[in-house]
Amino acid sequence: MATKAGSAEVPQSADAEGLRRRDYLKVGAVAFAGVGGVVALAPLLVQMAPSADVLALSTTEVDISKVQPGQGIKVSWRKQPVFVRNLTPKEIAEANAVPMSQLRDPQSLAERTKPGKQNWLITLGVCTHLGCVPLGIGEGENRGPYGGYFCPCHGSMYDTAARIRQGPAPKNLQVPDYEFTSPTLVTIGAKGK
Amino acid sequence: MSFSWAKPYEPKHPLMRWIDERLPLPRLAYGAVGGGYPVPRNLNYWWNFGVLAGIFLTIQIITGIVLAMHFAATTGGAFNSVNQLIMRDVNAGWLLRYAHMNGASFFFIVTYIHIFRGLYYGSYKAPRELVWMLGLVIYLLMMATAFMGYVLPWGQMSYWGAQVITGFFSAFPLVGEPIRIWLLGGYAPDQAALTRFFSLHYLLPFVIAAVVILHIWALHIPGSSNPTGVDVKDEKDTLPFHPFYTAKDGWFAGAVLLVFAVVTFFAPNYLGHPDNNIPANALATPAHIVPEWYFWPFYAILRSFTVDFVLEAKLWGVLAMFGSILLLFFLPWLDRSPVRSGAYRPVFKRFFWLLAIDVVILGYVGGAPLNWWRTALGQVAAAYYFLHFLVILPLVSAFETPLPLPNSITESVLHGEEAEAAPAGSTPRGGTTAAAVVQ
Amino acid sequence: MRFILGFIGAVLAGVLLISMISNLATYVQNPPAPLASEEFHKEPKALHLASDGIFGRFDKQQLQRGFQVYSEVCSACHSLSLVSFRDLKGLGYSEAEIKKIASDWKTQVPSINPDTGEAATRKALPSDNFPAPFANEVAARAANNNALPPDLSLMTKAREGGAAYVYSLLTGFTDPNGYRNEHGKPLPAEAKPPQGLHFNPYFANLNIAMPPPLTSNGQVSYADGTKPTVDQMAKDVSAFLVWTAEPNLESRRAAGFAVVIFLLIGTILGYFAYHQVWADAKRKVRVTGALDPENQAKTRRAKAKQGVAG
Repeated sequence: MATKAGSAEVPQSADAEGLRRRDYLKVGAVAFAGVGGVVALAPLLVQMAPSADVLALSTTEVDISKVQPGQGIKVSWRKQPVFVRNLTPKEIAEANAVPMSQLRDPQSLAERTKPGKQNWLITLGVCTHLGCVPLGIGEGENRGPYGGYFCPCHGSMYDTAARIRQGPAPKNLQVPDYEFTSPTLVTIGAKGK
Repeated sequence: MSFSWAKPYEPKHPLMRWIDERLPLPRLAYGAVGGGYPVPRNLNYWWNFGVLAGIFLTIQIITGIVLAMHFAATTGGAFNSVNQLIMRDVNAGWLLRYAHMNGASFFFIVTYIHIFRGLYYGSYKAPRELVWMLGLVIYLLMMATAFMGYVLPWGQMSYWGAQVITGFFSAFPLVGEPIRIWLLGGYAPDQAALTRFFSLHYLLPFVIAAVVILHIWALHIPGSSNPTGVDVKDEKDTLPFHPFYTAKDGWFAGAVLLVFAVVTFFAPNYLGHPDNNIPANALATPAHIVPEWYFWPFYAILRSFTVDFVLEAKLWGVLAMFGSILLLFFLPWLDRSPVRSGAYRPVFKRFFWLLAIDVVILGYVGGAPLNWWRTALGQVAAAYYFLHFLVILPLVSAFETPLPLPNSITESVLHGEEAEAAPAGSTPRGGTTAAAVVQ
Repeated sequence: MRFILGFIGAVLAGVLLISMISNLATYVQNPPAPLASEEFHKEPKALHLASDGIFGRFDKQQLQRGFQVYSEVCSACHSLSLVSFRDLKGLGYSEAEIKKIASDWKTQVPSINPDTGEAATRKALPSDNFPAPFANEVAARAANNNALPPDLSLMTKAREGGAAYVYSLLTGFTDPNGYRNEHGKPLPAEAKPPQGLHFNPYFANLNIAMPPPLTSNGQVSYADGTKPTVDQMAKDVSAFLVWTAEPNLESRRAAGFAVVIFLLIGTILGYFAYHQVWADAKRKVRVTGALDPENQAKTRRAKAKQGVAG
């Protein structure tokens, strides 16, 4: 960046003090333009963030009135599979009987469900190992030795509370934010009370 | 480049030295736009418009790339992807779309001023003929890019503009119609045309950028011309590009961007046409099909030929329209005056202004609905355009007496001071100089 | 080569001359009769909205009234397919109100019966766009005497005159019998509306397929108690359509002010910096010989001494 005003032929101006003062205006103008350039980047970056129509689909309402105990349904939320399972009392007891020390990712069934609705287990249907969709939600699908879900890709096995018990997956199936807007309607993606 | 007194690149910062030793880009930049490129000291503001064209090309490429992240190139989805997704839902989408839309107009405005600068000051003359012709190639690419870009939103004007422009080709006998169908990939603009226009619209700006590099490279061999048209003689005639012209280009760019911002934020639809907010309908033609304003002069020339004479009127119109740009390639040989700058060519100057007014009239006629007197006006204006370049300029350049040129650029810059300092008759200027100082 | 080019120029000019003569001759011999649509078409009436001008802002109350007019009158035939229910937040409605507006909307959204897979409809959600009143163009034309009611989302951007045109059109239906233009000329018989069309001088072709949609005061009863005259309803729905065409209008102008002021300051700073950079360049060029001011001064003094006239 030139700090001298002109080319070799131009007589040098008087003192160092005068040069520095002159520089402030040039530096100021360039800095101002630089700030403008950075601010101009903002719309270019922000336009890549999810647009309003994508954000509007960030919640999905699910009607659970037809899901019987022992049954489960697979729904789509934010373009991903979600397992909504109605646990039987036997399955709840099995889940509660497991000591925390035996779990790779210790969580109780109570922590993974809503109070008063312990039978409703709502989890993402995405294996926490490398992202396959585990089996076990549909009728007749292989539920693995722990009676929950079984991932056929690399053999991760989940129990009745969808917690990882065996296999390479590091964590339990993720529980998304959801809330019961009525006894038969669940809104997945909404932060509840 | 070609000037012996150009400052050599001496990197002070160790990082710059490290890079330069391995890849001489810093040296290239220094010699092209830095302190190492001598430029005539007397350039006026008409010389700012080349850089401005480069700025708007950059704006178009950047806004275009981000718009392409959201645009859907399907006949069913294009209109909605522009008018719903981008304009309403994408964060800052409305800003990007309006900036791209008006950026195209501003790109043409600065380019037209840049071209007219070249016409007035004889920038197309030896040794800069290739600079001129590369510039015309850039202009042709710009027109193709703009035309295809306008089709993408798939509004009524997009569709019918595509119909009309591709319809030109069917004016050519025998090969015309097959070429038209080949261009469109169908019998009318449809999905095939839309997708290929999207692909080419994305590609061509980068081709433009490459030709711009050639254009600047070719310019930097002889260096920039200047308002007197007199060649650079020695160091006194020039200033290093940086900081003198970076400062001048910088502030003026701010002023032009200010105007651009006013239009983009406060009148974004002024230069456009309302009909493009109606989804394309192949079965209903708009009342008045017009292209965007920067094509209006050519549209006027096209529509001026209304009578079959040996050839069909439509074919005359198409040939004349393409011819009006192609003849510009011959300009260095049509205008053979040894004097470059219009400032020293009084007869040429008057015809130049006539041409400028003529082009404005052609633009007006091209954009307005046709009636009998506008058609007649367009015909006169179109005739003048061809006569100007093909008949008048050669004659004027052969017979005109130019004004005496200054001996050097420095002399012309100091004209004011030296005229007051020295008594009349003792100055070299006026009287004793011969006219031909160029080449 | 120059002669060839010159010849081409002369030929083109010649052909243009022939065209022009032919054009003028045609005009003189058969002067085109003025079209009824030119003589009787009226320019839009002036309309002043809160959103006009660079400082304009939307009047949300008016937008809500206009939305009410759209939902109760226009939505029977005209779709608003680029607008989503969630966009109504811009009118000042709450999330709960929007949910209700969506689910109460008289046209439902096409969907599939989850048990049988057959085509069905469902109530609209806030994330849906306004469902179109007709399934497709054929259905729309069948229900409207072969006319297609256009989508209204961009209407004020899609017509010359914008909101003023929409307002004038809605209030411009008049009886063609006895109608005279501003020069007192009566409407000729061939310009009168054929069966199924309605005379409206603000419409480009004078006769529009849409029957007057706003016919009586009180057609809509406004929730905020404003008097629902035909004029008021037309103004309100025009204002609403300005919003549907440009919901980002206010943020566009706000951002515009910030950018323009920034660029103004930047340009001024840049201008002064430019002058500073150039201050030494133009004047203090070191020149030698006859152009050196020192030598010129010497010459002047010498000449003055010798008494030479300057």
